[in-house]
Amino acid sequence: MPVISFEHVSKVYPLPAGDVVALDAVDIAIEAGEFILVMGPSGSGKSTLLNIMGSLDVPTSGEVTIAGNRISGMDDDDLTLLRRDHIGFVFQQFNLIPLLSVVENVEYPLILKARQNGSRERAEEVLEAVGIAETHFSHKPGELSGGQQQRVAIARALANDPDFLLCDEPTGNLDSKTGTAIMDLLDRMNREEGKTVVMVTHDPRMTDYADRTIRLVDGRVA
Amino acid sequence: MIFFDIAVRNLKRHKVRSVLAAVGIIIGVIAIASLGIVGNSLSVLMGGLVSDVSDTVLVTPHLAASSGDPFDPRNTLAARISERNLGLIEKAAGQHRAIPMILASERLQVRDVGGYVTVYAMPADDIPFLLENEAGIYPQGRSSGVMVGSLLADELDLHPGSRIEVGGESVRVTGIAAERGMGIDINPDYALIVTEDWYTERHGDQDYSRVVVKVSDLSEIEGVKAAIDQQINRRKEVVDVLDSREILEIYYETSDAINIFLLGIGAVSLLVASVSILNVMIISVTERTGEIGLMRSIGARRREVLVMFLYESLILGIAGSLVGGIVSIAVGYYVSASVAEFFTDFAMSGGAGIPVSVVIGYVAFAMAFGTATSIVAGFYPAWKAAQLNPIEALRYE
Repeated sequence: MPVISFEHVSKVYPLPAGDVVALDAVDIAIEAGEFILVMGPSGSGKSTLLNIMGSLDVPTSGEVTIAGNRISGMDDDDLTLLRRDHIGFVFQQFNLIPLLSVVENVEYPLILKARQNGSRERAEEVLEAVGIAETHFSHKPGELSGGQQQRVAIARALANDPDFLLCDEPTGNLDSKTGTAIMDLLDRMNREEGKTVVMVTHDPRMTDYADRTIRLVDGRVA
Repeated sequence: MIFFDIAVRNLKRHKVRSVLAAVGIIIGVIAIASLGIVGNSLSVLMGGLVSDVSDTVLVTPHLAASSGDPFDPRNTLAARISERNLGLIEKAAGQHRAIPMILASERLQVRDVGGYVTVYAMPADDIPFLLENEAGIYPQGRSSGVMVGSLLADELDLHPGSRIEVGGESVRVTGIAAERGMGIDINPDYALIVTEDWYTERHGDQDYSRVVVKVSDLSEIEGVKAAIDQQINRRKEVVDVLDSREILEIYYETSDAINIFLLGIGAVSLLVASVSILNVMIISVTERTGEIGLMRSIGARRREVLVMFLYESLILGIAGSLVGGIVSIAVGYYVSASVAEFFTDFAMSGGAGIPVSVVIGYVAFAMAFGTATSIVAGFYPAWKAAQLNPIEALRYE
């Protein structure tokens, strides 16, 4: 059973100048353990696809199933819990909370899920797994390099042991060497931990890491 | 509780901003509580002041510009009550005692200390009726002795037999009047009391400044008042006739107005504080839009975001209210004690404290108002944060 399944999914944004079709009858099935790249030119619908996969948005029509849950008819709370329990997000801008320490940033989703403190051990374990030295745990994100910050963001995404990682151009803000290191990390998580990875990128070199690539053009799978 | 922890952590992040917002609440709570306590203490003191002389009908000359306030200095400085009208008042008062008096001001010199003091001149027979004697004897007829008010005697170290200069004439202190406090009829504690004969011998015959009618049976006050009014004011308004209940009413109305005004000032300061909290919270939500987007994307529900921000304003409100409440109790007691001391020293015979329950009541009211104001002020920003679309919030820079 696919971790993510899109059946004839469309997303239309009604604008005063006319409707904009961001996704047009998209059919996708992503199996557990796959490493998927989503590529396409600007405006092709990559972000919309990622937002719907992340249950941050809902389709105008069609059926989306995420981790066995059909998202049509779900209310905002259900979608939020779906994100919390099944999805890990990695953003281009890292999106770490600047005034929390490295370990507190990773602990944050754990606390949201457990509704209590005491998740420090798990946070430290994940940080070590992504290659952050213990000496950096108490540092603020601003004291780390871009590559280290993205590792922390990946640790945060992995903290709640999600079914899949959604990565929005995770190397877009990094130099090529650091970008390669981050890709190696994601690749390791995919191969060794069995994490499903869906990654949006413009970089054609990333295809080496992927099991397959979904190419979008004008909201359709090419 | 985790959202409470996060709220505390967020407030700690911006310590100065949080403290300043709480200071607004502290000031507001102190303002409401202490102004309420002060207003109430004035009320208590005024009530005590007038109820002490509930057996009194006061007749004062009517002035076109009369304010209705028996302590209005214009009453004593201008018109007078003639001998004929005194006769009519005595007739109307029947068996109740009518005491005419002249209020004047004389220069008093005691050793190297000098200044003007109030002089009450009244018939020698009436003095014992109105005043208690603490030491010495009451002044008699035309003798050159005067009676000195208790507090004035204390201040100038005067005793029966002391020599003082009144209006340039050396006179002997015959007695010291017992401390009496301020009343609507006479305030002798810082005054000299002389006989009418003594006074008129030196200043010539004069009409009276006021007539105090002492009514032995309180139920007859209304009748005595009406009778005096009937006798003298039939054709035109010659005198004002007031009884202590009316004056009490005037005082209560005044003190109520003062109370409302003072509480209003406190409430305005708290509203200003709430605007400050609103402002701080809106800034906080705006600054943390990206973080809210992140929280929403990694699993925080709308109501949890709402609760987290409400916790922040609640913490500010409770912290501000607690500190404000503690300071208010201290300030309230200090102000209340000062006011009571002032009135005790200068006006009232007994101490006039404020009940603990009143102080606690005002402080509790101010704290509840402060906390409620903070929550109300924080609700809009919290609601706004909860309604943010996670996708747009994540994109916000």
